[in-house]
Amino acid sequence: MTYTSAKPPLPETPEQLRARIPGWGADLDPRDRPSVPREVFSPGTTGAHWDLPEQQPELWPRERSIEHSRLTPVFGTAQPPKALSGVLRKYAYRRFSEGRAAHWLILIAADRVDAVESHLASFATLHPDNPITETGVLAEPGAHPIASRRGRVDIRHQTLDPVIVAGPWVVGGWLAFRVARGVARRLRA
Amino acid sequence: MRAMVYRGPYKIRVEEKDVPRIEHPNDAIIRVTLAAICGSDLHLYHGLLPDTRVGHTFGHEFVGIVHEVGPSVQNLKVGDRVMVPFNIFCGSCFFCARGLYSNCHNVNANATAVGGIYGYSHTAGGYDGGQSEFVRVPFADVGPSVIPDWLADEDAVLCTDALATGYFGAQLADIVEGDVVVVFGAGPVGLFAARSAWLMGAGRVIVVDHLEYRLAKAREFAHAETLNFTEYQDIVVEMKRTTGWLGADRAIDAVGAEADGNLLQHLTGAKLKLQGGSPIALNWAIDSVRKGGTVSVMGAYGPIFSAVKFGDAVNKGLTLRMNQAPVKRQWPRLFEHLQNGYFKPSDIVTHRIPLEHIAEGYHIFSNKLDGCIKPLVVPNAG
Ligand SMILES: NC(=O)c1ccc[n+]([C@@H]2O[C@H](COP(=O)([O-])OP(=O)(O)OC[C@H]3O[C@@H](n4cnc5c(N)ncnc54)[C@H](O)[C@@H]3O)[C@@H](O)[C@H]2O)c1
Ligand SMILES: [Zn+2]
Ligand SMILES: [Zn+2]
Repeated sequence: MTYTSAKPPLPETPEQLRARIPGWGADLDPRDRPSVPREVFSPGTTGAHWDLPEQQPELWPRERSIEHSRLTPVFGTAQPPKALSGVLRKYAYRRFSEGRAAHWLILIAADRVDAVESHLASFATLHPDNPITETGVLAEPGAHPIASRRGRVDIRHQTLDPVIVAGPWVVGGWLAFRVARGVARRLRA
Repeated sequence: MRAMVYRGPYKIRVEEKDVPRIEHPNDAIIRVTLAAICGSDLHLYHGLLPDTRVGHTFGHEFVGIVHEVGPSVQNLKVGDRVMVPFNIFCGSCFFCARGLYSNCHNVNANATAVGGIYGYSHTAGGYDGGQSEFVRVPFADVGPSVIPDWLADEDAVLCTDALATGYFGAQLADIVEGDVVVVFGAGPVGLFAARSAWLMGAGRVIVVDHLEYRLAKAREFAHAETLNFTEYQDIVVEMKRTTGWLGADRAIDAVGAEADGNLLQHLTGAKLKLQGGSPIALNWAIDSVRKGGTVSVMGAYGPIFSAVKFGDAVNKGLTLRMNQAPVKRQWPRLFEHLQNGYFKPSDIVTHRIPLEHIAEGYHIFSNKLDGCIKPLVVPNAG
């Protein structure tokens, strides 16, 4: 086989498969498969009763991909850009198309800035971020933490997760300590 | 209302938020009765998808009750029990008119390459999602469907993504009778893809993962053969050996951007974010499938480049097919299969987590603890 024209034999016949597996072959005919062919032109069947949807009001300058010629008729309004991360995000959208790595790398960088900004801002509220409860690690004792992980390959990098989560907090704490000490020294001097 | 909120990589909490408002005449507001966490949410949770903003509410798999409708809504009324596809789509643009609901052009201002998805970052349009008590549903006349009486909420919520996606993935694999189909990943998507491959007449279905408890589910629920890739020096060679040295006819990637099995790929892709994801399973699929075969990609990848073995795909004459699943297009036929009793989607549900404990739910699902396969989220559980 393979080196001849024969197809390697299958362990079970269609009759055996049909008997063993409920529904075997129900969609054998591609015409029964809902996504075959990929494109079927049928605009009247979607429930839409418009050619072009009405425009959702734009309540602030909505950032958008420069590969769009206009603001889309409908768009999400969750979490408008704000602070430094917002400046970065608006720049990434205004300046670079989706085809440019810079577009996505700036957005990823803005995500990290956003996390830092938001953690700091939360300390000025009654609801400061708490990495213990927010990472869900408190679920560990009830979730068979040792048995669940025995012999798994992904443990090697799971051990990195705490570093990724706690690292910025440790660095941030150290920086805060250095700044506070500097200020204290200066006040004493 | 109470809502799950992202606070930065690996960190989420439940917060008080305003109930969403009607922002467009065809919007509806849905009161969520049941939601789910998806493998896709883990990419957000791990900070892998660009423009995931602090404060974002995740959740693209949910069912609920219509709470309020906008002035132009005709097909839904307050009180209807509805299921909502994970895609946000207008029903009338170039793409929707051709059935490509997952590629709608009228709902995502942030990216033309990505459709609209509930609670899936600003890269997918900047809509808050359904892991909360209420959610804004745009194009209420197009997306949601009233849940048929015979369909339980727990089965319906799986139809909003995982089941529809697995079924769609099997279709993209172009299966003909007697094909050997290998599915990488035994998560919800992989399990449903494997189960669906039989519907299309597969002759053998092989599921590959490294989590034994999930492989057990693949044998029992999906009637599949299984391979634990950690037990083999080289899974590609094993795939050749077990197929008479031909390779599988069709391969389905149901793993995506955070694949394990190659530390360098995993670290550069999933941890350091230097590529759009670690394409380990995709590369295994390309190398395991026979020449002239098909690779169907259901796994999600980020928008920047990934180190995919494209030359092998060219030289082998492969067909690569992929998309986000156009969910609603799958429903009529899927409903027939479910009514015929071929299988029960909620058989893969392992956890039911109150919304207030969702941080623990993400931790368990992300770390694959406690036999977790599919966690559901229950708002108002208290
Ligand atoms: N295209 C779509 O419309 C669509 C819809 C839903 C989900 N998805 C994507 O599908 C993927 C799977 O989703 P899920 O909910 O089943 O996630 P999941 O995290 O529960 O499952 C992924 C599985 O892959 C396994 N795995 C990791 N590395 C592997 C490797 N190298 N080979 C084989 N298996 C490996 C993991 O152990 C896990 O069991 C995700 O990337 C998700 O984003 C796509
Ligand atoms: Zn999903
Ligand atoms: Zn559309």
